[in-house]
Amino acid sequence: MASRLPITKTPKCYVGGAFIRSESGRVTALHDAHGNFFANIPQCTRKDLRNAVEAAAKAGLGWAKRSGYNRGQILYRLAEMIEARSAEMAEAIALGGASDAAAAKEVSASIDRLIHYAGWADKFAQVLGSVNPVSSPHFNFTVTEPMGIIGVIAPDEAPLLALVSLIASAITGGNSVVALASQSQPYPAIVLGEMLATSDLPGGVVNILTGQRSEMLPTFATHEHIRALSGVANADERKQLKLGAAESVKRTRLQKSEDAHDWFADSAQGVHEIRELIEFKTTWHPIGA
Amino acid sequence: MPIAPPGALRRLIDDVGPVDAIGVEERVAKYATRSIKKKSKLFGLKLAVSMIDLTTLEGKDTPGKIASLCRKAITPHEGMDVPSTAAVCVYPAMVKHAKKHVTGTTVKVASVATAFPSGQAPLKTRIAEVRAAVGDGADEIDMVINRGAFLAGELALVQDEIAQVVEACGDATLKVIFEASELETYDNIRAASFLAMRVLRPGDFIKTSTGKTSANATLGNNQVMIEAIRDFYLDTGVAISMKPAGGIRTAKQALHFLIAIKETLGDAWLHHSRYRFGASALLNDLLRQIEKERTGAYQAPYVFSDATEGY
Repeated sequence: MASRLPITKTPKCYVGGAFIRSESGRVTALHDAHGNFFANIPQCTRKDLRNAVEAAAKAGLGWAKRSGYNRGQILYRLAEMIEARSAEMAEAIALGGASDAAAAKEVSASIDRLIHYAGWADKFAQVLGSVNPVSSPHFNFTVTEPMGIIGVIAPDEAPLLALVSLIASAITGGNSVVALASQSQPYPAIVLGEMLATSDLPGGVVNILTGQRSEMLPTFATHEHIRALSGVANADERKQLKLGAAESVKRTRLQKSEDAHDWFADSAQGVHEIRELIEFKTTWHPIGA
Repeated sequence: MPIAPPGALRRLIDDVGPVDAIGVEERVAKYATRSIKKKSKLFGLKLAVSMIDLTTLEGKDTPGKIASLCRKAITPHEGMDVPSTAAVCVYPAMVKHAKKHVTGTTVKVASVATAFPSGQAPLKTRIAEVRAAVGDGADEIDMVINRGAFLAGELALVQDEIAQVVEACGDATLKVIFEASELETYDNIRAASFLAMRVLRPGDFIKTSTGKTSANATLGNNQVMIEAIRDFYLDTGVAISMKPAGGIRTAKQALHFLIAIKETLGDAWLHHSRYRFGASALLNDLLRQIEKERTGAYQAPYVFSDATEGY
């Protein structure tokens, strides 16, 4: 029997619940750790980012309205999907040169991280909200609200775990996300998109783009509809992002890429991460004498 | 396949010529490939703003909502260099409220009439509605044709009704809505265009849809109608205007329609006296893109005031 023709995959970005190529039609060749050609990765543009923001805005309203309990169920379901395909995900990470053991460890940690945030989804509001004592006849309380669309900028190290951590902390609080995957190791993010698509997460809540940071970051910085930036950046990028963020009045939560960052640590997860990407609303309610 | 048209309609189609449906689809697909950037884009966006009939046609319309619509039409965005929209488009009962707010500005009051959107009322009632709207101060009347009669081949009846509405309009401009999706084929749309144009006055409009059915204005039926306008103009010298309505929500779509006009009818039709958009959400998307051209930053939709949404 003749040998089969090879069936190679065309990696695509996950935007608005669909798998897209860049509107520009451009791609970047991705090579494995041995320098062999692996696949062409979409090289997204600011217009792809604009489209992703539109998708996030559309899906975000419904996502924010869901109960915390339901968001937790969906995050748990996402963890289940990755667990069921963990071997495939580990291969995607190993492509970038990680040992099999290290790749498997990163996949497990990513799944556990999702489970962690799935647990927080219906609890953070109680922990972060409060009833405030005031010296007037008012019932005064503080509740949490999602910020809206969060721009996530993933680092190159821990290409899956860091991305999952940044996304999960944002969507647990009811935000929607437009994420830029690691530039040097985008493939785990592509595979994550395929798993998001089967996870009950409404299309558009998480959108993942691949491409050049230098091309995409200026638009992340200035896009008025993105309400916060969360991720890792070097000094020049941070300056650019913060200037743009000041112009468009958005929050920035940028970690320094020059600092070592342990994504596996317990301190890299928790309710403090959720708090960074929510708004607080305090209400004064008159209660009479 | 739709059933074969009745004899009278068949003869009209033979008279005005059939439409090459595949050709039209291919032609309009090309419009989406034009690269309109920078200055020409800004020109197109502002032109599109000036062509909008800012519309609210809902059962829950109130005088207050009409007032807000009119203010939005006159000044689409505070402090921005954009023209007013061409008109506001409202139900007949709201004409007098709208007229109050736009008097002294360039914004006109258009009113749908003739038992919009179905047209299923006795002719006497429909004519009375037109007269009432004009009496209240409507500058423009949007009528619907009798689609049932058209499809049944009673063309003389349809044309006669249009002629009577023309008469009832007096000085008001008339826009004849075909509800293209209910006419089913491009041949029928072209035939209806000619049927109407033969009794319209120069400057009157033909219009694609009511916006009340599932299928709205498309580049395809827009193309069929503007080609009919072109052929009619070349035959008779009478310039009929065009208004696509319904489903045009984004600036990009609007630019595609303008390209269609530019390439089919030429610059003479790139003016709000010859071309209109029946739309509501479109206006804010145009403003967003104009502001984006000015600042270089993509804009959030919520910084622009709602015209009609959000009530």
